[in-house]
Amino acid sequence: MRPGRPVDVSVEAAVADAHRREWAYVLAATVRVAGDIDVAEECVQDAYARALTTWPAQGIPDRPAAWLTTVARRRAIDVQRRRATHDRFLPELAGADDEGTEPPGIPEIADDRLRLIFTCCHPSLSPEAQVALTLRLVCGLTTGEVARMFLVQESTMAARLTRAKKKIAAAHIPYRVPELAELPERTDNVLTVVHLVFTTGHTAPVGSDLVRTDLVEQALYLARMLRTLLPDDADVAGLLALILLTHARRTTRLSPDGSLSLLSEQDRTRWDAAEITEGLGLVREALHRRPPGRYALMAAIAAVHAEAPTWSATDWSELVGLYDLLVIIWPSPVVALNRAVAVGFAEGPGAGLKALDELAGEPQLASYAYLPSARADFLKRLGRIDEAGAAYAEALALTDNAVEREFLRARLDDTGPAAI
Amino acid sequence: MAEYLVLIYQDESADTDDASREKIMKGHMRFGEQHGPALRGGNALQPAGTATTVRADGSGGFTITDGAFAETKEALGGYYLVEAADLDEAIALAKEIPMPSGGVEVRPVRPM
Repeated sequence: MRPGRPVDVSVEAAVADAHRREWAYVLAATVRVAGDIDVAEECVQDAYARALTTWPAQGIPDRPAAWLTTVARRRAIDVQRRRATHDRFLPELAGADDEGTEPPGIPEIADDRLRLIFTCCHPSLSPEAQVALTLRLVCGLTTGEVARMFLVQESTMAARLTRAKKKIAAAHIPYRVPELAELPERTDNVLTVVHLVFTTGHTAPVGSDLVRTDLVEQALYLARMLRTLLPDDADVAGLLALILLTHARRTTRLSPDGSLSLLSEQDRTRWDAAEITEGLGLVREALHRRPPGRYALMAAIAAVHAEAPTWSATDWSELVGLYDLLVIIWPSPVVALNRAVAVGFAEGPGAGLKALDELAGEPQLASYAYLPSARADFLKRLGRIDEAGAAYAEALALTDNAVEREFLRARLDDTGPAAI
Repeated sequence: MAEYLVLIYQDESADTDDASREKIMKGHMRFGEQHGPALRGGNALQPAGTATTVRADGSGGFTITDGAFAETKEALGGYYLVEAADLDEAIALAKEIPMPSGGVEVRPVRPM
């Protein structure tokens, strides 16, 4: 046994852990000092490299993120000074200030991430770039992970991120929370992106996990930060409520064997009561605004499920009414699909099937697995087993999520000759 | 005497190597030396990918989009060279410009 080796292993593990969990925090705190995202990314990389060589001798610090931030910020200040002496005409760096020498407190880091998300979601960036930048820089996903979520090659995503960062630097997109007067119009974009991070995490589009809990938690964190910033905003309250009420069901969405557990099968006693209570309070607040916004309505829909003691006690006509309102302010085929499913439970599978078949020509739903899978469920309840089997097979061909595939395969087996 | 705005158009994907850029830069310097008295100003612009387009939405608001102004029936009608602290300030200024039937493109000037 070589002495010291276990220490190295634990340092490596601590650095890897700090990289996975705190990279985005450290980056956000460094960007403000560096005034440039690329420079900040390099300085943060240097700080992690320094940790690998320093921590074995000095020990792992109590607050690794604070240590890394201090080192990265100092490095950024050095780079800044060197640049400034080399080039007296260095343009004023947007949002940079001189507070960098102070070790950061936690609330300050939270503010830094809020600043960074407003930079990433700036309206002068394309919507796809906004989401990709937020996932990479604010949520700390790797470029490869972001690429997989967008179903593109890693090199394509790297080029897209580089182009967006180049625009931020060249066009001087500021790194700050917008002023009060601009906040409402700027917050809309941020909410859209946070909602997308949440839905992406709630059902990962590809891969072996149904839920990317880390992404849902990032979305929850960001929504809470926005709520602190805008305590009276009904859309913010609505989005936070939606995330909480969905997050409250996280432990029951998978059966112990890893298979998908439907809302109808979930053990409601295991739902997170504290999150539901908090979510319901926020829904009531969000619905006070007339007419209610889309997040408030989606949260109200989640609230109907959260409040039902059992699946059979669900207030389906209330749900149809909420979907009727939602489809008016947000006329998306996916919303219309969910409305059709609610109709099927409120008025019977025949009515549901009819509502679903009205959506058959929607190009946006052409490759959407939930349409054939919802049809299959109604057909099965109507006793049209052969047609149900064909619809499950169609749904199976359209989904890439391993857990959902397993669920659909089991349903398909139920409709096969063996089940009859 | 009259004044003219001379606009330079080029393929951004061409001449990207250092030698070509150097050659073009030298050409511009020579042009400046030879025609100094006639020149009222000029700037190199950042690539079109750094541009932001601002259009009035017809109901008192504005839409802001990534990228250069896509001309369909609109034609270049004028320009302002403005100084601003950052893109937000530049966009705020741009919104004050009368644009009843088109919009403006806000493109950063390349620092020399």
